[in-house]
Amino acid sequence: MKCRKCGEKASVNMRQHKLALCKEHYLEWVPEQTERFIEKYEMFSHDEKILVAVSGGKDSLSLWDILIRLGYQADGLYIGLGIDAGINYSGESHRLADEFANEHNLKLHVVDIEKEYGQPIPVLSEISRRGHGKPCAVCGLTKRHVMNRIARDLGYDVLATGHNLDDEAAVLFGNTLSWSGDYLLRQGPVLPSADGLARKVKPLCRFYEREMTAYALLRGIEYIYEECPFAEGSTSIYYKEILNQLENDRPGAKLTFYLRFLEARQSGLFAERNDSTLHLHPCTNCGQPTSAPGLCSFCRMIEKVADKESIVSNL
Amino acid sequence: MARQGVSLVKLILRNKEFEVKPGMTLLSSLQKVNVLPESIIATRNGEMILEDEILKDGDVVKLIAVISGG
Repeated sequence: MKCRKCGEKASVNMRQHKLALCKEHYLEWVPEQTERFIEKYEMFSHDEKILVAVSGGKDSLSLWDILIRLGYQADGLYIGLGIDAGINYSGESHRLADEFANEHNLKLHVVDIEKEYGQPIPVLSEISRRGHGKPCAVCGLTKRHVMNRIARDLGYDVLATGHNLDDEAAVLFGNTLSWSGDYLLRQGPVLPSADGLARKVKPLCRFYEREMTAYALLRGIEYIYEECPFAEGSTSIYYKEILNQLENDRPGAKLTFYLRFLEARQSGLFAERNDSTLHLHPCTNCGQPTSAPGLCSFCRMIEKVADKESIVSNL
Repeated sequence: MARQGVSLVKLILRNKEFEVKPGMTLLSSLQKVNVLPESIIATRNGEMILEDEILKDGDVVKLIAVISGG
């Protein structure tokens, strides 16, 4: 297969675009397309300060790399989850994020969950008994809380995450299967800022996961290849596999699923509920917005953990 | 295991290894071992290769899983 631009041997073939590119032209194409999506969805400008959530994985490190190449002011945020599972998962992720930041002379903020909240994610999950025996729910809640706190406290205009199209299509698939109207209404490349909530953007939302892997490999970005030990058997991976089967039989199926959804949402398919109970209130502890008066979900979880620990220590 | 005198193509995906006959395309080889092309990137000697690549005697192809999640 030949590169469409130069006729040399292609390294990447994107069947959904009927486009094959060599290494050199692929590494040009990805940042160009990212810039196009940033502008199309009005994510941010070159004057704004961006906080990139960096996990040490291929997507977030590639996103950081691309934004810097495009000349944006992008700092990183690494959240140490304290997941070991016999493979030093968090330690290795941290090392790779740190290494990338050092090599490119970039600023990386680090929040260690155990240091800040007393316990690593698996223990917080176990003690709080959220998430049916898996720490993913507590992990998601904690990451959302910390990302928003750091973005707000350190004065960033926007929080960027490395979600790719497969991530988005899998979430969309799940929310469609359960017709979760509220979630469908909020899903998109940009979640605008609200009182106490930073603007969230997903500049890679139109790239396939395979394309981001190709970008990281061709660019020589060292990322954590091992899967999070707790992700094994997860619903999101199951949905991704189903969607890849569809894509294999019908190239472009994933992209069409996501893009037609965005168009449908834009044209008003999902209406905002006119419900006065949906107003947000500041959490009485941390000040972040929450749907019910009092503590937010995160602070309730931390309070529950602290209560249980004090009961144990008083025994 | 390769039979004596017959060279095979080795495909490695995480901790699994598959062997296929040389002379097939990467796409046919992946179909043979039931790996979805959408879910991997194939490299040989550190270079990415595409589905139309003919695999030769003794090739070792590393399949890099692309799906992550949680």
